[in-house]
Amino acid sequence: MTDLTRLTIAEARAKLSAKEITAVELTEAYVSAIEAANETINAYVTVTPEKAREMAKASDARIAAGNAGALEGIPLGIKDLFGTEGVHTQACSHILDGFKPRYESTVTQNLWNDGAVMLGKLNMDEFAMGSSNETSYYGAVKNPWRAKGSNMDLVPGGSSGGSAAAVAAQLCAGATATDTGGSIRQPAAFTGTVGIKPTYGRCSRWGIVAFASSLDQAGPIARDVRDAAILLKSMASVDAKDTTSVDIPIPNYEASIGQSIKGMKIGIPKEYRVDGMPEEIEALWQQGIAWLKEAGAEIVDITLPHTKYALPAYYIVAPAEASSNLARYDGVRYGLRVDGKDIVDMYEKTRAAGFGREVKRRIMIGTYVLSAGYYDAYYLRAQKVRTLIKRDFELAFQAGVDAVLTPATPSSAFGIADEDLASDPVKMYLNDIFTVTVNMAGLPGIAVPGGLDHKGLPLGLQLIGKPFDEETLFKTAHVIEQAAGRFTPAKWW
Amino acid sequence: MSVDLATVKRVARLARIAVSDEEAERMTGELNGILGFVEQLSEVNVDGVEPMTSVTPMEMKKRDDIVADGDKAADIVANAPNSDRNFFLVPKVVE
Repeated sequence: MTDLTRLTIAEARAKLSAKEITAVELTEAYVSAIEAANETINAYVTVTPEKAREMAKASDARIAAGNAGALEGIPLGIKDLFGTEGVHTQACSHILDGFKPRYESTVTQNLWNDGAVMLGKLNMDEFAMGSSNETSYYGAVKNPWRAKGSNMDLVPGGSSGGSAAAVAAQLCAGATATDTGGSIRQPAAFTGTVGIKPTYGRCSRWGIVAFASSLDQAGPIARDVRDAAILLKSMASVDAKDTTSVDIPIPNYEASIGQSIKGMKIGIPKEYRVDGMPEEIEALWQQGIAWLKEAGAEIVDITLPHTKYALPAYYIVAPAEASSNLARYDGVRYGLRVDGKDIVDMYEKTRAAGFGREVKRRIMIGTYVLSAGYYDAYYLRAQKVRTLIKRDFELAFQAGVDAVLTPATPSSAFGIADEDLASDPVKMYLNDIFTVTVNMAGLPGIAVPGGLDHKGLPLGLQLIGKPFDEETLFKTAHVIEQAAGRFTPAKWW
Repeated sequence: MSVDLATVKRVARLARIAVSDEEAERMTGELNGILGFVEQLSEVNVDGVEPMTSVTPMEMKKRDDIVADGDKAADIVANAPNSDRNFFLVPKVVE
């Protein structure tokens, strides 16, 4: 039975439709795998086996009746940021203590409409603020990958650390995730999985706990490029409930897999060669360039001169929007309440007890940069810098570039409770240096494994595309995947 | 720009987060670290640059001006820490 958890979504789909396996069998295999592993990995904060069995049973009935959906019987893990009706939804924060929404997010509803099965809710950094999953109220997630000959626990990245770890450890066939500054692509790179942040507006944000509304976007983390394409097709929709959801038809992304990239122009931005970047990352990048060249793509050097300003601008825009979005947690309508001597005292005590350190830090930064007299100097200037970052990409695309190739992260996975990173928040923020530009410009970006470093840990490459041109990313990422192979951690848990 | 302890306490008040003196002290250092990091934006020439307001050029969608949802008072208060007959209960705010 455990063999079933090794199947990709595409493989499981084929076996289900050929009636070689049942959805109930597939779900049971995952439920057992989670039972055996979750105490160690801590990828799930809530497991919903009863719901999963019920959904799987219904899937089997639909398969038997000949009306299977695109994801019929496929067991998925859901990041705790997605509202799931009647099920734990807390953004892994204490302030949403006990919250069980009376509604379903559009993205998860789309998945259930296509027949997917929910296994449970996945761990994440609190309110998606973090790059290591260590800010979760429910504790750190362990990366299923360990360095060769080492017992040291590593982070899976963040904020979608539970999603990436669950996919890598085969505790779900695929997972939903979200990406505000790199929260899908960085954990995917750290765990040898594939993660895509689609164009802003491609997936509805309705029912997803808001962090920074102009940057947040949902996407999948999967075992391979094809699975990521299958999942995104189901997650994406045009939704009247999200005013930033875009009215553009959703292509059949899976059809891009296997298409030729001959004659495509791939841009290589020199600004992504940063000081102190390990040689292995540079070597991986060169390897990626060589693979694409061999497949017939034309490699062109490009310049994205405002790249270095993306991260500082992000640390104004994201906290500003977060401070506003998180104002709703006041101990009145949902979640935690700590009583006080009057209503203001209650607000202050509730928020002091409910938010973790990183979240408080960002609310404070956001409140400060939006406070009287500072708006122009900080937020307005950062939004202008954002225009410049976006323009850099537009110029490259106008010059004929079809996609941009960069490393996904400046390093492989680091240790849990790394002292160097814990002592300086800015150092942790630098993890997103290659991914954050994509959110600032609203573009789609995919992280795909490129190889292992000298420690035996996965490294990822990132492809950045034109708005709503996810197809090019799937096609090109698949070429890299064919050349690099797929990477699975040796089971130690 | 940098913040001092008094500013941190004022911002914490604005953000409605209770902080102890010790926490405010620690936050002052952390916030100054972050503000120092974002300071480099001041070297960018943004003259004549429009602030980004939308990621993709699109018109704000407007829905029909009709009642499309409602009658969910029980659902809305279902997660409240304290409620009574579909009202949220809070400490007394008016004398």
